[in-house]
Amino acid sequence: MFESKAGIFGIAGLGFFAFAFISNALVPIWMYKELPEQTVEEVVNARVLSSFGDLKQRYPEQFDKYFDAVDVDNCAEALRLGRQVYIGEGCWHCHSQFVRPVSNESRRFGPVSETWEYQNALQRPVMFGTRRVGPDLSREGGRRGSDWHAVHFFEPKIVSTDSPMPSYPWFFEGSPDKPNKRGLAMIIYIQWLGSWLDEYPYYEQLEADQEEL
Amino acid sequence: MSEGSSSPDFPQHDEIVNERLVRWYFYMALTFMLISMLGGLLMAAQLIHWNPLNGIEYLSAGRWRMVHTNAIAYGFLANSFLGVLHWVVPRLTLRPVLSNRLSYFIFFAWQFVVLSTAAGIIIGPSFQDQAWVAELSKSLNIAFSLGAQGLEWGETPFWIDPVAQLGLLLLAINFGSPIFQQKGPMYVTLWYFLAAFVWTFLTYGMGNFLPEYAVPGTSAGAIGGLFIHDLVGLFVTPLGWGMMYYFVPIILKRPIWSHGLSLVGFWGLAFFYPLQGIHHFLYTPIPMFLQYGAVISTIAVELVVMTVIINFIGTVWGATDIFKKNIPIRWFYAGMILYFVTCAQCALQVTMTFQKLIHFTDWVVGHAHLVMFGVFSMWIFGVMTYLFPRLLKREWYSNTLCEIHFWASFVGVIIMFLDLMFAGLFQGFYWASLQPWDVSVEVSQPFWVVRIFAGLTMFGGFLCFLYNLFMTMQSAESTETAPDLENKTAINYQVMDH
Ligand code: HEC
Ligand code: HEM
Repeated sequence: MFESKAGIFGIAGLGFFAFAFISNALVPIWMYKELPEQTVEEVVNARVLSSFGDLKQRYPEQFDKYFDAVDVDNCAEALRLGRQVYIGEGCWHCHSQFVRPVSNESRRFGPVSETWEYQNALQRPVMFGTRRVGPDLSREGGRRGSDWHAVHFFEPKIVSTDSPMPSYPWFFEGSPDKPNKRGLAMIIYIQWLGSWLDEYPYYEQLEADQEEL
Repeated sequence: MSEGSSSPDFPQHDEIVNERLVRWYFYMALTFMLISMLGGLLMAAQLIHWNPLNGIEYLSAGRWRMVHTNAIAYGFLANSFLGVLHWVVPRLTLRPVLSNRLSYFIFFAWQFVVLSTAAGIIIGPSFQDQAWVAELSKSLNIAFSLGAQGLEWGETPFWIDPVAQLGLLLLAINFGSPIFQQKGPMYVTLWYFLAAFVWTFLTYGMGNFLPEYAVPGTSAGAIGGLFIHDLVGLFVTPLGWGMMYYFVPIILKRPIWSHGLSLVGFWGLAFFYPLQGIHHFLYTPIPMFLQYGAVISTIAVELVVMTVIINFIGTVWGATDIFKKNIPIRWFYAGMILYFVTCAQCALQVTMTFQKLIHFTDWVVGHAHLVMFGVFSMWIFGVMTYLFPRLLKREWYSNTLCEIHFWASFVGVIIMFLDLMFAGLFQGFYWASLQPWDVSVEVSQPFWVVRIFAGLTMFGGFLCFLYNLFMTMQSAESTETAPDLENKTAINYQVMDH
């Protein structure tokens, strides 16, 4: 059996794989079946809508060119596009989207991530990430103004000297005050991250911590 | 049995092995290694502010980092393994593959898959903002990405996934056919290959369809972890070890030391490897008991791996002089030593204690280079160094260049690994100490500078290899063939005769 074709094909090939799949994949699926996946429209909340409106005020010409009104449908479309750009540009190979309960991360980034935060269509596949060259972004929304992000994407070194983050001039039509569709979508996606929490985490907390240390 | 040289019952080598395909696969593999290394260098340069191409859309470091890893997995490793399979499987089963035409079809289909993956990753995101994309993704409720998909190693754009899946099925049938027709006991290599065909097919399907279309959130994370891990453990590792079980005894002209250990190694890997995926996402919201399970089976597999390494050390014991002259064997055993290091490192880093510190840091990147380059690429370079003279019927143009290739790769990857390991420790401590983020980036700079030079060393060695190969191809065919080129079928029996 241990050296036969049937044994290797059936037991090792199919059997052990199936065993691992059941125990490691089907068990969590079964455990979280009470938490159905939310659609993108369902995760558009009041805060992200107001950031969306803020984009319209800051960049009226650009905004009207690509999205007409500030409503849930348009915001959902922008979020979908923003997430795809985030993936396509490889941001997730430099930024994670989960705060671990260790290593003082909840003091640096905000509350520890929980399962329900990921049960939505904008986390399929989930953006946990595996490498942090830059900081975790799962509580980034609201931490900076949208204009800061625009300048930062255009050329990170302008606002963050010595940043190794690549620049993304193709999110803009020539200058940081003219984001294109991808640029607007990227900014709103970043502002969405963490907007579902009751409070924006207070990063000022961090400075108080540092004084204590 | 080894004396039964060229008995007329046995098919001759040329009747069953399609050497042209082996060559073609190796050339494509080397092309993608070149592309991948350039991508790695670009990203490395970006991190130390030396990237002159920053701001050019199609050369963006973020996109090229994904080309870097995908070109390695699907371009270099898969192509090399396919070449090796075309050499090894017919020789071990004494039968040709199912269909020569199918083989050519698979070759072209696979190059299409890899090239369109690269093209999709590089060009796709630029066209993401079109209206029809938004329409479709809204109405179908799927992430409709023209560029990379959001799963590590599964970045292959969605429209290529079905092609790749079909290719894997055809490949399993093409090579499975001689294996299933073969009578009598199977040699160890074929255990690994047969299992790898099943696993690769299943793993690819699991990772490229479920998390994208069916399963949301945290559970998809668990599946993504399984996928990342199984790709290394159930595709690369079994093909790699199968290859070693074939080439090492042939070159050493000795049987494998212990059949029992071969059995333990294979079945231990088969059982424990698939169970570890979640160790990539420790401290996530994935249920804790599953995380502990993954940690325990990871430590178990390290022990199993030791038996395989002991088996190979037993095989070479008493004949270690061969390392001095024989470059392929040196590649193999150097790779095995690094395999031991990788596994020892893994048994530590997988524990929750280490994870607190090193997760998300460069430590992990160092680990990835150690296993992907230091082990599997080194083995493949060894096989290529051994096979090219046979495929081209010429001696290597320069033995010195072969030596340089070995030493530059070996030293380069060790430096890269040590450097990134320490970088990871520093980053971990800086993050935990709540210093501003930029400080941890600044602290990493010297390590990143060392890394690019280590990478350039590896790259330089690789260029020597390419030049050597080119010059070898230009040289005249040599009439006198190396001794073990003659009795091609006899050699097979020597391997089986353990
Ligand atoms: C080479 C790795 C790398 C890539 C790729 C990358 N970043 Fe960054 N990112 C960094 C680093 C390092 C920082 C910290 C320094 C800074 O602020 O620029 C950072 C900072 C940020 C910040 C500010 C965080 C804060 O509040 O301080 C945001 C937002 C961000 N990145 C978003 C993105 C997005 C979106 C992408 C993809 C379009 C991206 N990053 C791609 C490395 C990267
Ligand atoms: C020319 C030499 C190379 C250089 C300079 C280089 C550089 C890099 C860089 C900068 C990264 C990204 C690290 C990060 O995100 O912080 C990376 C990732 C990676 N590289 Fe390379 N690389 C080289 C060769 C290779 C080779 C030959 C292989 C495989 C055989 C390889 C396999 C990988 C893998 C698997 C990752 C992903 C690591 C992870 O996500 O944890 N690299 N490399």
